Amino acid sequence: MDTHTISPLRLLLKAVLLFLGLNLLCATLSPMPALGQLSLYNNLLPGRQRLPYGDDPQRSYNLNLYSIEAMFASHVLTGAPKPADEFRVFVIGDSSVWGFLLENDDTLSAALNAASLHSADGRRVVFYNLGHPTISLTKDLMLFDAAMQYQPDLVLWPTTLEAFPWGKQLASPLAQNNPQRVTALAERYQLPLAVPAETRSPFASLFFVHQRRNLADMLRLQLYGFAWAATGIDVHIPAEYERHAVDLEPDESYAGLEPQLERDELAFEVLAAGIQRAANVPVLIINEPVFASDGANSHIRYNSFYPRWAYDSYRSLLAAEAETQGWQYVDLWQAADNGEFTNTPIHLTPQGTLQFAYAIIETLSSQFDLNP
Amino acid sequence: MTLQQIFVFAALGLLAGRAYGRISRPWLLFAASVLAVFWLQPAALVRGFDFWLPAASLGLAALVWALTLPPDARPSREDKLAAAALAAGALLLAATRYLGTPILTASRPPQVELVAALAAVLALLAWLAARSLRGRAAALGAATLAVLAILVALKAEPLARGLNAALRSLSGQDPALATALDLNWLGFSYIAFRLVHALRDRAAGRLAHYSLRDFVTYIVFFPALTAGPIERVERFVPQLHASFLLGAAELQAAGRRLVTGLFMKFVLADALAYFALNPALAAETTSTLWMWLLLIAYAWRIFFDFAGYTHIAIGLGLLFGVRLPENFARPYSQPNLTAFWNSWHITLAQWFRAYFFNPLTRFLRTHNWPVWAVVLVGQVSTMALIGLWHGITWNFLIWGLWHGVGLFVHSQFAAARKGRPAPAAWQHAFSVFATFIYVALGWVWFVLPQPAQALQVLRVLLGLS
Repeated sequence: MDTHTISPLRLLLKAVLLFLGLNLLCATLSPMPALGQLSLYNNLLPGRQRLPYGDDPQRSYNLNLYSIEAMFASHVLTGAPKPADEFRVFVIGDSSVWGFLLENDDTLSAALNAASLHSADGRRVVFYNLGHPTISLTKDLMLFDAAMQYQPDLVLWPTTLEAFPWGKQLASPLAQNNPQRVTALAERYQLPLAVPAETRSPFASLFFVHQRRNLADMLRLQLYGFAWAATGIDVHIPAEYERHAVDLEPDESYAGLEPQLERDELAFEVLAAGIQRAANVPVLIINEPVFASDGANSHIRYNSFYPRWAYDSYRSLLAAEAETQGWQYVDLWQAADNGEFTNTPIHLTPQGTLQFAYAIIETLSSQFDLNP
Repeated sequence: MTLQQIFVFAALGLLAGRAYGRISRPWLLFAASVLAVFWLQPAALVRGFDFWLPAASLGLAALVWALTLPPDARPSREDKLAAAALAAGALLLAATRYLGTPILTASRPPQVELVAALAAVLALLAWLAARSLRGRAAALGAATLAVLAILVALKAEPLARGLNAALRSLSGQDPALATALDLNWLGFSYIAFRLVHALRDRAAGRLAHYSLRDFVTYIVFFPALTAGPIERVERFVPQLHASFLLGAAELQAAGRRLVTGLFMKFVLADALAYFALNPALAAETTSTLWMWLLLIAYAWRIFFDFAGYTHIAIGLGLLFGVRLPENFARPYSQPNLTAFWNSWHITLAQWFRAYFFNPLTRFLRTHNWPVWAVVLVGQVSTMALIGLWHGITWNFLIWGLWHGVGLFVHSQFAAARKGRPAPAAWQHAFSVFATFIYVALGWVWFVLPQPAQALQVLRVLLGLS
């Protein structure tokens, strides 16, 4: 028997030194963006039809993560160079674009693709779902900024009042967890976004301590890819869910704002930044459908999201801003029947999504010469 | 075992390795195992049972020890000290209920008075067993049946639900909410087999005399408590008394097993779990190719999970100077099903061979059954029981029969090929592949609780759906 004894203290010291050294190396190299681009998707696995998002990963084979690189690397958009015969349209926005409670085949992008549109020069129009289920124009801008390298020919930007208040711009976890990206956008476009300074203990700033969640999420995204590829499922739709409210509270408040809404209370500058970022690529801003209640207190509110005064002011302000700035804008707030909303006043059923898509197609036909 | 628990045990092994000149290793392992059995026990949905179940494991070990004492043996001072330590440990743990936060148990322990009363009853039973029942064939047989009856009650869904409903009533909870999973008695499947091993070996006159301390340590040895392997007592106890110093060679061997086990369990198995076949994925997948991928992922997942735990158990055992037996020996590289079962969960197969297959086939042979029938009945019934050991359900039974029939067919094939030259390399490779596919198809029965769904999955796998 080898009787050479081991010093636990020395063992521990070596382990700590190795850990610190590896952390230092990783902190110096900043490998997270590069790691995020490593993906089985579009290689061994098919790319996803929409950006990763899932509150119930074990049933949706999908999950929430904050690495924009990993999110895009998993999307079918990034799988191959843009074909010459493709007229590429990005659809950005919130959960109603992403397709909350909708199968992949029932999302807005899928409905638009089903119309088999062609551009005037004969290219087939392909719509890409780049929605993400949190409501914030800044979050939309951040994703749009990352997506621009994939050469869109047109951008559809459905949105709603909830995305506009300045106070809600950084409420999206995706924005909160990408402070460098938000700060860069704020600086580039002079946006008054106060990104909170990171407050971490020295220990928490160690690479593996700080990035362990991101690393684990990136790995889990790859692993869930197999189940996604096997089943085609990327969303869990419960058999029963609570429908949106029809009878409403007699509450006139909205986001701490007072009637009438003032232009400066809404983040039009973020919208303008997006259009500036698009440069020569046209952007169609769309006021997306919302439920308009005829139940209790419907004279005060349209729905559980919006009091009438706030939503009416917002529509007027957005239309006026679009006209002043020369933006292409269409107001489709009533494009879906009232019976076609699901769990919130903005989430649509497959039929409601089709109605919304038809309304968009009319605009695309008249304003962009995209036709079946 | 969680990662945290594994690291705590490893740290204890490292620290204790330097102190064996000053502390007794058998007593250390006894104390650590007794405390670990409470610490490792997950929360039970019946109030107080995350205390009572580990306590019952220790109580059963003590009772079986008393019953299996040799006729001429008298409890020693060390035995009395171990008994006192068991009682004191249980009472001290129960007393932690007054600290507000449970320390070793998953929830607040029961009242000290109740624990004291039951400890006294147990001591009386052990005394009576040692005095009047020990070594008696009827008592040993009854004890074996009792241990197996508990195992059956835990494994059979209707019985488990009924038992849990009764226990819920006793503890003032609503019996209507009882499920079969309320009692997750940690490691009892393995504890039961160690107890039965001791009882049957005593009945056969093969069991040596062990102290209470060593016997309890053997039954609930913490590295092997959750997932085996099933050690034999005559191999285990002498290792407690062999001289041991944790040197570089021992540490290197233990470290290699621990790192291998951690990687297998927490990296490979846990990663494969994301897309290994399960009832939900089985229902949602219609492609033959993808179904095969999910099934192969499951086959490797279950191997890495189980083999990983075994590596961890062996690695922890080595840190404390105990070499536990191997449980896996490259099972998916075996050229036939017999070789597979000699390399998959080896200690379980050996246990069944010793206590079921050999006695049964001996009995059948002495009653002049033809050889093929002895093999058929022996192998099929043994594998059926191994299947049912995982849970008394149709799917586990079918999984056992699948392997039993496979083993019989292979034994007949091997008998027919006897004397022929060894197979060529390509034939060997094909045999390995075919064996893996047969085992993998068997996992369909294992992983899917509903046989109808298993049949549907088999249809998809064979391209018939």
